[in-house]
Amino acid sequence: MSDAPRVGVITFPGSLDDRDALRAVAFMGGQGIPLWHGDADLQGVDAVILPGGFSYGDYLRCGAIARFAPVMEEVRAFAERGGPVVGICNGFQILCEVGLLPGALIRNRQLRFVCRWVDVRVETSLSPLTADLLAGEVLRVPVKHGEGQFVASTEDLERLEAEGQVVFRYCAPDGSLEDAANPNGASNAIAGVRNAAGNVVGLMPHPEHAVDPDVGATGGQPMFASLLASALARV
Amino acid sequence: MSSEEPLHRALGLTDDELEAIVSTLGRQPNPAELAMYGAMWSEHCSYKSSKIHLRTLPTEGPAVLVGPGQDAGAVDVGDGLAVVFKMESHSHPSVVEPYQGAATGVGGIVRDIISMGARPIALLDPLRFGPLTQERNRWLFEGVVAGIGGYGNCIGVPTVGGEIAFAEPHSANPSVNVMCVGVAPADRLVTSAREVHEGALLVLFGAATGRDGIGGVSVLASRTIEEGAEGSRPSVQIGDPFAEKLLIEASLELVERDLLEGLQDLGGAGLTCAVSESAARAGLGAELDLDAVPLREPDLEAFEILTSESQERMLALVAPERLGDVRAVCERWGLASAVVGRLVAGGGLRVSMGGITVAEVPARSLADEGPVYTRPMEPPSEPADPLAEDPTFAAVTVEAEDALLRVLSSPNVADKTWVWEQYDSLVQGGTVRGPGGDAALIRIEGTLKALALSSDGKGRFGRLDPYLGAAHAVAEAARNVACTGARPLAITNCMNFGNPERPEVMWQFAESIRGMTDACRAFDTPVTGGNVSFYNESGDSAIWPTPVIGMLGLLQDYRLAVGSGFAEGHAVYLLGETLPELGGSEFAEVVLGTIAGRAPALDLEAEQRLNLLLIEAAGADLLASAHDCSEGGLAIALAESAIAGGTGFAVGLPGDLPPHVALFSESASRVVVSVDPARAAELEDLAGTLGLPLARLGETGGPRIVVDSVLDLALIEATAAYEEAIPKLLAG
Repeated sequence: MSDAPRVGVITFPGSLDDRDALRAVAFMGGQGIPLWHGDADLQGVDAVILPGGFSYGDYLRCGAIARFAPVMEEVRAFAERGGPVVGICNGFQILCEVGLLPGALIRNRQLRFVCRWVDVRVETSLSPLTADLLAGEVLRVPVKHGEGQFVASTEDLERLEAEGQVVFRYCAPDGSLEDAANPNGASNAIAGVRNAAGNVVGLMPHPEHAVDPDVGATGGQPMFASLLASALARV
Repeated sequence: MSSEEPLHRALGLTDDELEAIVSTLGRQPNPAELAMYGAMWSEHCSYKSSKIHLRTLPTEGPAVLVGPGQDAGAVDVGDGLAVVFKMESHSHPSVVEPYQGAATGVGGIVRDIISMGARPIALLDPLRFGPLTQERNRWLFEGVVAGIGGYGNCIGVPTVGGEIAFAEPHSANPSVNVMCVGVAPADRLVTSAREVHEGALLVLFGAATGRDGIGGVSVLASRTIEEGAEGSRPSVQIGDPFAEKLLIEASLELVERDLLEGLQDLGGAGLTCAVSESAARAGLGAELDLDAVPLREPDLEAFEILTSESQERMLALVAPERLGDVRAVCERWGLASAVVGRLVAGGGLRVSMGGITVAEVPARSLADEGPVYTRPMEPPSEPADPLAEDPTFAAVTVEAEDALLRVLSSPNVADKTWVWEQYDSLVQGGTVRGPGGDAALIRIEGTLKALALSSDGKGRFGRLDPYLGAAHAVAEAARNVACTGARPLAITNCMNFGNPERPEVMWQFAESIRGMTDACRAFDTPVTGGNVSFYNESGDSAIWPTPVIGMLGLLQDYRLAVGSGFAEGHAVYLLGETLPELGGSEFAEVVLGTIAGRAPALDLEAEQRLNLLLIEAAGADLLASAHDCSEGGLAIALAESAIAGGTGFAVGLPGDLPPHVALFSESASRVVVSVDPARAAELEDLAGTLGLPLARLGETGGPRIVVDSVLDLALIEATAAYEEAIPKLLAG
């Protein structure tokens, strides 16, 4: 195990899927390293996951308080050095609040929480979660969120599209885009985006809940495999 | 509340109860003491009307580690692990404020589980509302579902089921029941068997105490709700799931590090209940200093601090030398903690505030010595001849296709995805099967075992015959669990009834207990705890007697779990026998517009053999699918298996019953299974060995659902009726 890439998972107060992310890392052959929001220390990990949940109760705004946690300065520095950083669901919201990712996540179009298995289409190989994947591949993963509708200014959206920063889009099982496949009304059916450098990625779906075939589909497996490969590249 | 009403009556105490208090104390109680007795001797906390009946339930079995009387029951599931589970009602608060009422119900049941030292791993929410054709019922339904999701989704515990039913009596009184299941190492359970020492400190941790929820148990939960219930709104608590999540993690860390002598949640009757029960269980008394209680707002009076039901609070019993460690854990999780008192010799509970004693009563008199009533019982007057009203023999002209579509789109039967999608059913990564099937399956981490969880209540059957209603509820819950291949182990329950001061209601209650007792004995599934919710009535309209059963089953290897969906090319069998029994059926209500006649008979011994067959067949990997016949009978069981698997079928009807009776009878103890034709003989042999009737109905496959010369319908049409019914109703 000692050669396996070390992937840190940060627990904020109110993180819910932190144990699940650690379990998924281990399931895919990595070493999951629990990190604590109050410690300004990433313990030398090779990649960082900000997990899902309701950090700080989502009071004020999703992810708005977590950005001030001591660990976040370290995450920012790690990202600036090119380290792979993944934000899942609430973690995605935090990365947007911190400014490491563009856009914002607002209440679902239907104004209700949605927990559902969806299909997402890979739009680019240039991200820590898609390095081993090809654009056009379709993966089955679950979403579960009340505030997952991705929005951005018209200029930002155009730039994201033009520069290939959209990483995942909600789609039908055959990869085609249709409104019924979009679970929250996200602009351009965007399920996940990356930063310009390509080392920070955020997504609303939960790949950590889609690695173990005993509990569902396995669309998260290639994402975690990509993440471990990206992390290994830094070891 | 009129100004002339004596204080004890305003607090829900009768004149006789006041006299008993005076006799215990040897003097008149002061207002703070009266408030404490009012809360602890309320129906909700004391079970004063139900106790004599509950005592007759079977509560023991080889696997039972903790029976009724503690925060939750516990069952041994092997590998050194205990499963802790409990069901409760939060109906009354939910009528007044559906979102917060339901949300705080979830919070309360979760704290019952963590106070046993167990990690909550699943929630189920059995719900009952009036018809969705009425706007107010839609408001209640949407509010309750949103409240359950809003709270449950924020605390990291998956919500994996709970049956949802609709009936007119619930228009005025919806039933909101909540069930939580947890797991703990068996040797780490925090039970009353723990040694608690004199001098142990009472450490209150979690949220601060405010004015919310005062009188929750006595004013709200132990009376009927009349017009103008909005006036009771201050008695409804407000939930903060973020604080609850921190409370879960801090509590479990305290237990894992063995820092506690005891742990108690603060729910109904707040601090009074937690302190008096902790002291009484230890055979000790307590000193409680209200000045030390962290308050959310200044100037609370003693009685308010004592009975506030502010949420997200726990009380730990801590040896003085452990205090530093305990407070450090709370601080790490960002939770306030305060030493509010200690356990002392003798049995007295002395409460001080501002340097003076504001209450002094025997702890046991609050916790254990509440009144016990033998309420009068009387069966309601029966119709002269129930058979004359029985819909089984009514003339029926409706086409089979039309009847099937109407029953499929009845909200009791129809797809509940609209609800399930609002619950996080996946967090914790153990959900082998989520909501919507016969039973949810949650695997136990580090093993191949899974817990099978089902909740069931049979309102219509209970209305026709409360004994049978309760027995059917247990039977269906056991059957649901067995359909997955799991063995039923034990139950919890929530008894939803009307006003116990009415002899008919008390008779219904006693009959239900009798039915539950007989069924639990037959299936060897003891009752490990539960909750009684009385006073679910308004004016003259009470809800039907509805005991809801929460069944815990154990599956040895979840890789062999059986699902309910059909796949192509299998043989379809019906296990069990169909009798002419349309009384209390979904078909009779939806198509014939009647809830009358006789409830179906129940042969508990045959039911148990059916369960044994299902478990054995699943263990041999023999079944391709299994789905029980319940609301809507054989027709709906077949249709649901087809919809779930996206595969049609062609079958014939066995026997010589009229087709609509054969299709829609709700005879008990029946399951539709499908099996690889190459292994059909094995199934037939197994049924023969167990002496269980079975009939080969036909085959799975194709895009249509076909019952020979009776019914022929495109599967997509049935699926659409099933899936669209509830969203359409909610759209108004």
